[in-house]
Amino acid sequence: MGEVILDVNELTTKYVTRFGDNIYAVDHVSLQVEEGKSLGIAGESGCGKSTLALSLMGYYFPPLHYTSGDIIINGRTITGMAPDDVRRTVLGNDIAYIPQAAMNALNPTQKVIRFIEDVFDAHKMHMSKKEVRETAEGFFQAVGLPEEVLNKYPVELSGGMKQRTVIAISVILSPQVLIADEPSSALDVTSQKMVIKMLRRLMDGGYIKSMIFITHELPLLYNVTDDIMVMYAGQIVEKGSSKEVVLTPLHPYSQGLMGSIMVPEAGLRDVKLLAIPGVPPNLKNPPSGCRFADRCKYVMPICRAQTIPLREVAGGRAYRCVLSPEELSEAHAREVYASHAK
Amino acid sequence: MLNERKPCLQGVGLTKVFGLGRKKTVAVDNVDFTFHEGEIISIVGESGSGKTTLAKMLLGLINQTSGDVFFQGQKRDLSSHRKKKEYWRSIQAIFQDPFSSYNIFNKIDTVLLDCIRMRGGGSLSRDEKTEMMIEACRFVNLKFEELTNKYPFELSGGQQQRLMIARIFLLKPKILLADEPTSMIDACSRSTILDALLDLRNEIGMTPIFITHDIGLAFYVSDSVYIMERGRIVESGTADEVILNPQEPYTKRLISDVPKIREEWDLSTV
Repeated sequence: MGEVILDVNELTTKYVTRFGDNIYAVDHVSLQVEEGKSLGIAGESGCGKSTLALSLMGYYFPPLHYTSGDIIINGRTITGMAPDDVRRTVLGNDIAYIPQAAMNALNPTQKVIRFIEDVFDAHKMHMSKKEVRETAEGFFQAVGLPEEVLNKYPVELSGGMKQRTVIAISVILSPQVLIADEPSSALDVTSQKMVIKMLRRLMDGGYIKSMIFITHELPLLYNVTDDIMVMYAGQIVEKGSSKEVVLTPLHPYSQGLMGSIMVPEAGLRDVKLLAIPGVPPNLKNPPSGCRFADRCKYVMPICRAQTIPLREVAGGRAYRCVLSPEELSEAHAREVYASHAK
Repeated sequence: MLNERKPCLQGVGLTKVFGLGRKKTVAVDNVDFTFHEGEIISIVGESGSGKTTLAKMLLGLINQTSGDVFFQGQKRDLSSHRKKKEYWRSIQAIFQDPFSSYNIFNKIDTVLLDCIRMRGGGSLSRDEKTEMMIEACRFVNLKFEELTNKYPFELSGGQQQRLMIARIFLLKPKILLADEPTSMIDACSRSTILDALLDLRNEIGMTPIFITHDIGLAFYVSDSVYIMERGRIVESGTADEVILNPQEPYTKRLISDVPKIREEWDLSTV
């Protein structure tokens, strides 16, 4: 067991709409990431993945508001700090965040190296231009990017190259945690592979201590992260190691997600994909019981009557359902069997 | 079976060149193919391989530089606007970005009514038209009562894409070109949309052509797969042949770049 780098306790954040409604997009989420480990967050669009990523940075701006819970990075609590302090001392140094369209972060009128100078300036590193260039060159070499990129304008780079450049710049101060929100979703498969290879290199080389990787592409998570957490309607519905969650999912929602995977492997064509009908609930008035009840195949009256707690099973695995793990795996096995008889 | 193998769309030496002189780009380079009726076809390639240019030529949105397209055995003639309209009655498309596929000033009712009019249903009564729209929406799991009097941008991406399929259901074209129909949509809605498209094929007997970079999708849905690299078709055959036993190095690379679950994902190749 490594040292816990990021410790999040019961974090709740909300969006306040124009009409004064509170929408709790992250609802009592707890997670721990240890040194050298990576955590994947899966779920469909609108289930709160990206809001969780924004919330983890501790830097809130309207309409996103902090409600309760703690974020502790390396023993320092960052919730409750003044936004300006967070920006100056936490972002970049402790947490780096890569949004989905990170490649658009580059300034089109400046060469990449000027952008890096700005990064060092903003974090009060007081380095000369020469030192900045040397650091940047060394770093780019280490992560496998050509040095010529530094002297280019963003328009001269391809999409995949821009994305990798921004990732490299965002971790140039060696943060403790890297939060990557769909870093490869807008790229084609080959560029995606290069981005993943670079992230692996950053982890192996110790440039970042831990990583949170958000995507809806489960085969990708399976190959990239150690653990997977499945989110639905702002809550964690399942967590466990990548292998457990992908190969033997417990929660009916995770089972549905795994059933919609399409990978070019023998046997795929004989299986009918299990689609999840319906859409996620409106979080303005979330259902009182299980939030997945309306779309669940195994729904029972008890599901709607009570709030379902996250139940821990052996080995750090947890899920949010009234059924027992055995009942769930049995039901899943039945589903899979039926889908093979297409 | 013999009946099914009738060619419906054929390309001979199809080429598209953009620009002139030193800036010349050959987007589609001397491509030959024969698509048969009732067969599900996928054209796979990475960005910049010319898939979308090929699709636009097949749709008649841009003219080919050289080569010919044969539609149902006859050379395609798009010389007048009327002939183009006639052609579009048999070939329709779904595009990648549902958010930019609709006219933002038109309500959903208008979108669907246009389709009915294009099929020659302009003289039907209001009730009959509504009945048709309800049926089309039900087919793709949407509720017409919730959509009427709304604008397309009020729907989510997945719903908009399904509304596109409802349009196709009303138009009943012979060929449907789906250009990355699910790449902007997350994995769970993806299977719903694919199911709707495949049901549609059985329902109205059309020939779907998928244009995609997602090999998993191509493998799951299609009967035959065409792999495109820099404007050329480098490999083609049945889905099982091409995906499970690729011959060309380019195809092998494309397949190895997709993250797998039951096989090791080799990161050393890039």
